Amino acid sequence: MSLYSEKVMDHFRNPRNVGVIENANGIGEVGNAKCGDIMKMYLLIEDDIVKDVKFETFGCGSAIASSSMATEMIKGKPLSEVRELTNKAVAEALDGLPDYKMHCSVLAEEAIKSALEDYEKRKSE
Amino acid sequence: MIYADNAATTKMSDAAIEAMTACMKENYGNPSSLYGIGQKAKEALEGARDEIVKAIHAENFREIIFTSGGSEADNQAIRSAAELGRTAGKMHIVSTAFEHHAVLHTLKKLEKEGFEITLLDVHENGLVRPEEVEAAIREDTCLVTIMYANNEIGTIQPIREIGAVCRAKNVIFHTDAVQAVGHISVDVVRDNIDMLSASAHKFHGPKGCGFLYVKKGIKISSLIEGGAQERGKRAGTENVPGIVATAVALKDAVANLDKNAEITVKKRDRLIEGLKEIPHSAINGDEKMRLPGNVNFCFEGIEGESLLLLLDDKGIQASSGSACTSGSLDPSHVLLAIGRVHDVAHGSLRLTINEETTDEEVEFMIRSVKEVVEYLRSFSPIWRDLTEGKKQFIL
Repeated sequence: MSLYSEKVMDHFRNPRNVGVIENANGIGEVGNAKCGDIMKMYLLIEDDIVKDVKFETFGCGSAIASSSMATEMIKGKPLSEVRELTNKAVAEALDGLPDYKMHCSVLAEEAIKSALEDYEKRKSE
Repeated sequence: MIYADNAATTKMSDAAIEAMTACMKENYGNPSSLYGIGQKAKEALEGARDEIVKAIHAENFREIIFTSGGSEADNQAIRSAAELGRTAGKMHIVSTAFEHHAVLHTLKKLEKEGFEITLLDVHENGLVRPEEVEAAIREDTCLVTIMYANNEIGTIQPIREIGAVCRAKNVIFHTDAVQAVGHISVDVVRDNIDMLSASAHKFHGPKGCGFLYVKKGIKISSLIEGGAQERGKRAGTENVPGIVATAVALKDAVANLDKNAEITVKKRDRLIEGLKEIPHSAINGDEKMRLPGNVNFCFEGIEGESLLLLLDDKGIQASSGSACTSGSLDPSHVLLAIGRVHDVAHGSLRLTINEETTDEEVEFMIRSVKEVVEYLRSFSPIWRDLTEGKKQFIL
């Protein structure tokens, strides 16, 4: 019996899409250090498609795994699909999270939404 | 595997396991029965009690009550003193902000019942000041309860001085000595202790066993009603195998205490020295006035649970005061009590070693923690802000 599923541990141990995109055109940061979780998402969007995505996360194992999984789920996807991503889908893709860790998947959804908002804002400027 | 979580629990000693299984197989009688095997079990029980008396330098076998562990002993001690206080119209209790939850939660309940609780500051070094205990004691104070050594940061309190203050003021002094007994010298007479709680699994004994020392003359009330076991202070058939094993483990621990402490302190100090090399880190609690095996650090820019998981991957079992490891949103109340802010308290690591930890293991732990902290920082947005000057370093 372990705390996390194999999927969570895999994404935690080998997080996908870690890092920074220097020329990102959508950046979102959510969470706060007081609660122990901060997620930062960098999006590079071209022709309404997420061409590249990277993340930086300060947080527990499930926060890192949720960030990693979320980036995989939106990479190469059209914005119409990306906007539909829910925290539940992220958690399910990870084969579930413990109840008290569900907020990590919420943060991942919010981080992406926040990066998308930033992208829209930049576009309208 | 490197087990570095001895403050959470310890591996039972072979001698304690043997004593326990032998007792289960051969000495299964009920100590309350008057026939032969019952009386034989009674003998084992009382023999164990005598060993406990010796180990903590109590004066009389009647001063020891066997319990299910440290938490029960804490509850019983505090409840008893509170009842005495209530009868005498004294409804004030002095304690500290970084007690174990067995104490803090009991005090919280008493507060709801009308008691007034003063929680003393433990300062940046995690040490209570006897003069502040003295100043906090009032006419209506019925109890001072202060732990012997802290379970998270390992700081050893000036118990003898605190005890002396309480004696002078004629206030009952209880100490939760769960982390101290079997690890550092504990002497209830020398240390002016009225009540003391201990737990067997912290000194290589079995889980679910502990005891409460109550100085002769202090009236104790029972939490569990029923039979007349433990002179009516703790009903229920005694856990004879566990109690016997507790005594064996404690006897061994006390006999080897100085030797083990000397060995362990050297390794602890090397571990501290090695971890200090990590930039923007800080040791939690006084560096010297701490348990022989306790090392506790905060590393800025990372979170404790991910640190623990990656150390586990390297075969190192450790602990953290991070909120994520406790299932709550707040980090350790102990780290907050010594003034660590939330951001930093989330990135804590506790390594609790013992005399069996090898030098190679110590070096491996230093290397591993360095690697993991550096790795986690490499993609921490907080660390980026700190290194880019957008946020100020705290440590």
